[in-house]
Amino acid sequence: MLTYIIRRLIGAVILLFIVSAVVFSIFFLVPRLGGASDDDLASRYVGKSAGQEQIHQTAVKLGFTDPLYVQYGRFAKGIVLGQEYNYGPTTEHCPAPCLGYSFLTQNPVLPDLLDRLPVTLSLAVGAAVLWLVFGVATGVISALRRGSWLDRSTMTVALAGVSLPIFFTGLLSLSIFSYGLGWTAPGGANPMEATSPLDWAYRMILPWITLAFLFAAAYARLTRAGMLETMNEDYIRTARAKGLRERDVVIRHGLRAALTPIVTIFGLDLGLLLGGAILTETTFSLPGLGQYAVQAINNNDLPKVLGVTLLGATFIIMANLIVDLAYAVVDPRVRTR
Amino acid sequence: MTTNTAPQVGDPAVRPGIEGFLQVKDLRVHFPTDDGVVKSVDGLSFNLERGETLGIVGESGSGKSVTSLSIMGLHAPGTARISGQVVLKGDKLIGASPEHVRRLRGKNMAMIFQDPLSAMHPFYTVGHQIIEAYRVHNNVSKKVARKHAVDMLERVGIPQPDQRVDEYPHQFSGGMRQRAMIAMALSCDPELLIADEPTTALDVTVQAQILDLIRDLQQEFNSAVIIITHDLGVVAELADDILVMYAGRAVEYATAHEIFTAPQHPYTWGLLGSMPRLDRERTERLKPIQGTPPSLINVPSGCPFHPRCTYAQLTGGASETDRPDFVEISDRHFLACHLPTQDRRRVWETDIKPSL
Repeated sequence: MLTYIIRRLIGAVILLFIVSAVVFSIFFLVPRLGGASDDDLASRYVGKSAGQEQIHQTAVKLGFTDPLYVQYGRFAKGIVLGQEYNYGPTTEHCPAPCLGYSFLTQNPVLPDLLDRLPVTLSLAVGAAVLWLVFGVATGVISALRRGSWLDRSTMTVALAGVSLPIFFTGLLSLSIFSYGLGWTAPGGANPMEATSPLDWAYRMILPWITLAFLFAAAYARLTRAGMLETMNEDYIRTARAKGLRERDVVIRHGLRAALTPIVTIFGLDLGLLLGGAILTETTFSLPGLGQYAVQAINNNDLPKVLGVTLLGATFIIMANLIVDLAYAVVDPRVRTR
Repeated sequence: MTTNTAPQVGDPAVRPGIEGFLQVKDLRVHFPTDDGVVKSVDGLSFNLERGETLGIVGESGSGKSVTSLSIMGLHAPGTARISGQVVLKGDKLIGASPEHVRRLRGKNMAMIFQDPLSAMHPFYTVGHQIIEAYRVHNNVSKKVARKHAVDMLERVGIPQPDQRVDEYPHQFSGGMRQRAMIAMALSCDPELLIADEPTTALDVTVQAQILDLIRDLQQEFNSAVIIITHDLGVVAELADDILVMYAGRAVEYATAHEIFTAPQHPYTWGLLGSMPRLDRERTERLKPIQGTPPSLINVPSGCPFHPRCTYAQLTGGASETDRPDFVEISDRHFLACHLPTQDRRRVWETDIKPSL
């Protein structure tokens, strides 16, 4: 088991470097292939009135004049060993893992990301709890009452949940519950400035519900399908033949088996969201990683884009690993094979 | 649901002088579907005592398994229309509250299923599943229940039970799995054990071991056992009495000895002829029953077996129009057949017996 984990961790590191190389080439190689010169690239990061000489100096300072593999090597070395940067008047040390400096603000990227991570974490974890509880519960009830009006109406709502985009449900719920009824916090309420856990929940409840609605719908359908399948298995009949209470038959035997694929999807979804829930954060003006990514892309601030992409990839790869390990816990048949 | 057919003559359930431990009277299990009502069991009666073994034999779709599931109360509510009587130790099970039947399940009556791999939960250890079965009906600590599970595994002949108790079903071989299933079924010392095709999914070499085990345990626990099978070889091994079912009805009921030495129903002859005999010429080893089992939605008129019966013309057309009564033709031998007695005896003695 331990060797397996170590092997997977090494694989994860290699994968991350491949991801970083690919992302790096997308942002640094593709513009050159499109015919942009070093100075063209650098011109985005100087003032509008800058002269040709100043632009060229900036290109040298940002390292655009070096061959691409040197630039990537510098970036990769920064992650492993840390790096010295001298964009500003003084030379600054960026300790490992260094994701580089913003071309525009000259701030190191990683502290920015770590500042914003708690916001995204608040959003993702809170929403995950909601969608897991409500999605699985409605899925189970739907499956047990298959064909009833309850089943049909929840599945219709679920279909709507999967189909409606976040910016629609988000803005609609903001206009009704926040600006209309005044029950919840308006957009832009930073959860990190909350004064108490209750205040935190008050600020986050609408983004949670909006994001959870989307996922709960998918989880309800997934759970329903899984329950319909497992409740027809022979071992359910055995559980009933033992004289178990129906509640125990459904939860301990039926749901236990139906949960396996849900655990897999849940891990991956959560990993994906930790890299930034772009639409939700943008809709509710939450200063999280997703909003950071959008701003970085709009400003063409390549180190920021690279940093947020790599952090997101790290979460997804780690989530994958955890899901695979969890699978062995959830399904004993995997363990012995 | 009320039944509009006349009560059957000569039910085995009304054997004189015997207060039945398990009495099944005029059991009907009908499933309404879009295509019509599937009459899986249609007026079945039998009687069983503790310490006795009843074999229920028939082809697929003859209603054997449906019968056992309705005794156990395992049909999902709303799917089946069940009528008639099932009385266990004076306790009426049909019409009783689901909660009442649930409390009897596992404790007073237990069941062994055909495929032990799919019948055990893949995510729980064998021990966990036995402990669960024991603790539903016995208010004991986990430790005591675990000890009991180990004892049960040992009793059904699983080696190193204190280690294997923590293994998962997929780590057991097929035969061991069925032993574990039996241990689970017997964990609460049930008075009635229903084994639904207990050896069908097993290797031939293991089948006899499992049947021996069921017989030994029955003697030890003095339980009543119902063995459901399509394999006459299995009931020959175990059963005291045999009930032959066709299209949801009993067609012949007699002691196992009588069924094998003097069967009277053409369908029973067909089942006997379907058992391979190695001491015959290759072409004569198997005598399959012609045709296929009937639709349970449109059951053939009269005797449901008449379209497949070689001797139907000897009844003078009665088998196509009248449903034969299930009557006692000799002591503890019941039969539903229109064939005149002397024809039946003649056919058995001259045609069937020599060829078996």
